[in-house]
Amino acid sequence: MIYRETGQFKTNYKADNSIFPILQDRIAIIFYLFVAFIVIPAFGSDFFINSMMIPFLIFALAAIGLNILTGFTGQISLGTGAFMGVGAYSCYKLVTIFPDTNVIFLIVISGFFSAAIGMVFGLPSLRIKGFYLVVTTLAAQFFLEWCFIRIEWLYNYNTSGAIEVPRREVFNVIVTGPEAAAVTQYLVVLSIVVAMTWIASNLIHGRIGRSWMMIRDMDIAAELMGVRPLYAKLSAFAVSSFYAGVAGAMMVFMWLGAAEVESFDVNHSFLILFMVIIGGLGSIKGSFLGAAFIWMLPVVLRAFPKALGLDVPVATVEHVNFMIIGGLIIFFLIIEPNGLARIWALLKQKLRVWPFPY
Amino acid sequence: MDLLYDIFADPFVQMAGMPDFFVQVLWEGFVTGTLYALIALGFVLIFKASGVFNFAQGIMVVFAALTLVGLYQAGVPALLALVLSLGVMGTLAVSVERLVLRHLVNQPDIILFMATIGLSYFLIGFGEFIFGGETKSMITSELGLPTGSSVVDFAGGIVIFQHIDIAAVVIAGILVTSLALFFSKSRIGRALRAVADDHQAALSVGISLNQIWVIVWFAAGIVALATGIMWGARSDVSFALQIVALKALPVLILGGFTSVPGAIVGGLIIGFGEKIFEVYWGGLLGGGVEGWFAYVIALIFLLFRPQGLFGEKIIERI
Repeated sequence: MIYRETGQFKTNYKADNSIFPILQDRIAIIFYLFVAFIVIPAFGSDFFINSMMIPFLIFALAAIGLNILTGFTGQISLGTGAFMGVGAYSCYKLVTIFPDTNVIFLIVISGFFSAAIGMVFGLPSLRIKGFYLVVTTLAAQFFLEWCFIRIEWLYNYNTSGAIEVPRREVFNVIVTGPEAAAVTQYLVVLSIVVAMTWIASNLIHGRIGRSWMMIRDMDIAAELMGVRPLYAKLSAFAVSSFYAGVAGAMMVFMWLGAAEVESFDVNHSFLILFMVIIGGLGSIKGSFLGAAFIWMLPVVLRAFPKALGLDVPVATVEHVNFMIIGGLIIFFLIIEPNGLARIWALLKQKLRVWPFPY
Repeated sequence: MDLLYDIFADPFVQMAGMPDFFVQVLWEGFVTGTLYALIALGFVLIFKASGVFNFAQGIMVVFAALTLVGLYQAGVPALLALVLSLGVMGTLAVSVERLVLRHLVNQPDIILFMATIGLSYFLIGFGEFIFGGETKSMITSELGLPTGSSVVDFAGGIVIFQHIDIAAVVIAGILVTSLALFFSKSRIGRALRAVADDHQAALSVGISLNQIWVIVWFAAGIVALATGIMWGARSDVSFALQIVALKALPVLILGGFTSVPGAIVGGLIIGFGEKIFEVYWGGLLGGGVEGWFAYVIALIFLLFRPQGLFGEKIIERI
């Protein structure tokens, strides 16, 4: 009833090619942005913003990065955690070397370091495919983890081996460090995520995105049709790692405040991969849905026994969490291998033809 | 020059100077390699028969070991606990087939791979939920496995052989031989190879895919239990072992996904390579290189042979 495109005519190519061709979608996007930029900072509690929204956005960004590589280019990667680490450590070094530079700028710049490392570890993908590639990305994961521990220069020879975020101000507003307000950090994260999502969306709808998808669908055929695998694959690795790097830098600077190598271990790589799978391979919307699902679910599950008045030990809840997440992953794969994004699309389709079945 | 000497000459001088220590390192590498090979064997079994890249194999190792120790701690006699653990692995095989694989027939490989990651998460949660998350020690002597060690004089020094390591190698040898015989001689083994060759053709001559999958997953479960016991005896039983189990991946890469001998050779190469590199070259890099060296060996091998040492040649058509 509400969601119907009847009467919306397109009169030029530009309108036909737009990302949101339907008016209601455009309204919805504006509504989401309004909620995200105005309602949540105004009414959200610090807990909600700090432990739900900020990590959700950061993981969503990392998931978009992995989705570019896995969902759009078809290269499975288990190195996302390490690439996030590269972003975080390079941002930390940049902040120590250039203390007076705008820290938000440095966070974005650190993505380039991650992109460079990502390209190096993406080189094997030119010869190796599928599960074999998984192992080479694991090589990246474990090698980089080792670097984060052994190369003391990376964490300024701290005895603790951790990187701690110094206090930095942008236009006299404290953005990073322990004194920074959650709302400020949230707005910074949100702006970066929105901007980068917009860029990702444009990349994917453009020429480079099409070449990625051709490589995914069949690389030999794509090569015959003039897509250069070298450029397509390496650019996918670079862009993907760039996103992961920025997400990692934000994770430390805007959320955790301090981090050790454990924050970038292989479990995080899995976590991001789950978000991508549950959300939907090859869908930016899916990255957000997946991140929301995987991140919010444990928070809800943790609160659940308390709400019922049951006294369950924390460890047990954690174990049950694992079971439920594992079970849900299998469940989702069985009912809808294309993820939440596909369910979303089906719902929309149902809404569009409502009250008729077809 | 010093650096070059440290890299290219010094390790060999050390090797020649202390042959007893070198033999000890080799032995350690051999045992680790055998265990890697065992984990990889579980992967290969399932991949051959169903084309599923079973990420959960490593977790199955830990889960099996945890079940065994958990049952023993609950008061079940050791040998009965062993039998019961086998039963649990069998149940696991049946339920994986019933609840997961059957519904995912004909899905792309990546989806099946993800499903096994989901399975591994489930198993981690389930195992810790039932048996608790704390680290346990393996009931080595209760199972009748040797625990002592022998000291052998060698080239003016001594080499220590842990008996459990010897037992591990022997058991691994028996397992591999019996599996190889089972696959090449028995009726089920033939059916299994048929399935591995071509699902549809196998179905058309009356082989039940579902049954084969259960058998394969059960076989992988047995291998997992054996590996779990051996590995648990060397270190403790906890889910930290899964990082070790991930090492089976480079082993697989080296050997090729479909080759049983490949898994064994790959395991040994990784085991030897990793130990020798760690002991003689690791110091130059600050130690701890064991964590990634296996992956890097695999990566380098892959660049030259993308299908592994023994893997079938990949032929792609449009």
